[in-house]
Amino acid sequence: MSTAHPDTTTELATLLGTKWKKPPLVKKPWLRWVLGLGFIAYLIAAYLTIEVNWSRVYEGLDRGAQFVLAFTSPDFSSRWGDIRDGMLESIIMTVAASVVGIAISIPIGLGAARNIAPLPVYMICRGIVAISRALQEIIVAILLVAIFGFGPLAGFFTLSFATIGFLSKLLAEDIESMDRSQAEAIKASGARWMQWINYGVQPQVMPRLIGLSMYRLDINFRESAILGLVGAGGIGATLNTAFDRYEYDTAAAILIIIILVVMALEYLSGIIRAKVQ
Amino acid sequence: MPNGRFCDGAARNDKNKAGGAFMLRLEKLVKTYKTGDMALKAVDLEVPQGQVMALIGPSGAGKSTLIRCINRLVEPTSGNVHLADVELTGLSAGALRRERRRMGMIFQEYALVERLTVMENVLSGRLGYVGFWRSFLRRYPQPDVDEAFRLLDRVGLLAMADKRADELSGGQRQRVGIARALIQNPALLLVDEPTASLDPKTSRQIMRLICELCAERGLAAIINIHDVALAQMFVQRVIGLRFGAVEFDGPPDGLTPDVLTTIYGEEDWEATIEKVEDEDEVAAQ
Repeated sequence: MSTAHPDTTTELATLLGTKWKKPPLVKKPWLRWVLGLGFIAYLIAAYLTIEVNWSRVYEGLDRGAQFVLAFTSPDFSSRWGDIRDGMLESIIMTVAASVVGIAISIPIGLGAARNIAPLPVYMICRGIVAISRALQEIIVAILLVAIFGFGPLAGFFTLSFATIGFLSKLLAEDIESMDRSQAEAIKASGARWMQWINYGVQPQVMPRLIGLSMYRLDINFRESAILGLVGAGGIGATLNTAFDRYEYDTAAAILIIIILVVMALEYLSGIIRAKVQ
Repeated sequence: MPNGRFCDGAARNDKNKAGGAFMLRLEKLVKTYKTGDMALKAVDLEVPQGQVMALIGPSGAGKSTLIRCINRLVEPTSGNVHLADVELTGLSAGALRRERRRMGMIFQEYALVERLTVMENVLSGRLGYVGFWRSFLRRYPQPDVDEAFRLLDRVGLLAMADKRADELSGGQRQRVGIARALIQNPALLLVDEPTASLDPKTSRQIMRLICELCAERGLAAIINIHDVALAQMFVQRVIGLRFGAVEFDGPPDGLTPDVLTTIYGEEDWEATIEKVEDEDEVAAQ
């Protein structure tokens, strides 16, 4: 526009030469200061409540050093039979639980995506996800050990259950953020619901689903080492025994094996994700 | 064929043969969104067999809503949609799916499934005809596969059959989109802003291709389009939509500055119209 309105000219004149600042998130200055100072005061108060027994820490340093030194001479041989059995049990538990968990997660994930599921289905599936996520693995494992007794069966069910909460939620979120027009185009061709999912939705979420599944496999393996502590089988039971006997060198050997397996899984998932992208 | 209007002849013949039979008839079609916006206000419209029609109008006039109400990707609030002899708004989900096979759709931004191959994208137009397991295993009947190859050859992309859709350029993608719509063997094409993200030359090529294919197959088409000049070059009839109501219905020559002002609002329209006349002269030479 070539002819500026007189009002805008004076408005412009008052603005020229003044500094410009990004408008603040909280508009009222007093509220901004109260919120900021309040948060800092809370943080200081919170840190002050943490009690540190320095003499206990000094004594503990010794034990910590022992533990760390054990890594320089890990003992794979004296308990090798136990370690091998524990590892095999953990791996079987992890793979079995991941496959079952992922298989159940896919329909629940579809149901938990608001853009493709009707409201009642959505509510039910989100409910399942919420329950699975609210119950921490250890709590579930304690309950299931009480039901099924000690051993990997309880661990298998625990990990399957935990996988559902994790994978369904993230799959549903990926479906909710998919490109609508691709799915719409498939619907417009007269496709059935299952065909629509297979052609319009699945290709869009597949890389993420595979990436998440690999990640969950990795988490399940690490969890399987913890679940042994409450009697749900796997390498965790062996690790627990080693700690109980103060055999830090054997414990170190087990931890090193766990770290190597997790790194191998990470490497594998990187290769697979690069392939499917 | 001067000035690019390929479709006239075929359409008139078809119309005469069928004695003025319509392919699509909309009766008092209303769409009110949940927000209270009345996107369509009792639209009445008839499209004869084989007629290629452009739907123009400002953004938000209800063009996209109108064509999506026809195949019920958007559910109309009231009114009727007749596709030849079938009334669509009252159909059950299964019956609607069968009728959608007769309406091919071409999209703005192509809407190809990016991670599927070109061939899978084209064959996805047959989903309404094949069972789930066949489509899941990608084992389409041989006639479908042959037709897919023929269509890819027709749109000049036979060599791209096994490429992934996201490897193609814009113009190539829209050609795949056209092949996908045509393999449905439709009677009507619903075309939503086919050239919105294409350069001027590719835009013309795509519009020409759509109109040629409509003429070859005697298809009726409704084409939503922003580019008035481009629409004038290729179609036989123009509908101008404003605030969800039909403001203009006539031949492309009837789009005078006054008419464009009624549809779009006050603006200097001489340049738009002159451009078309220049192009007509160039094409006629």
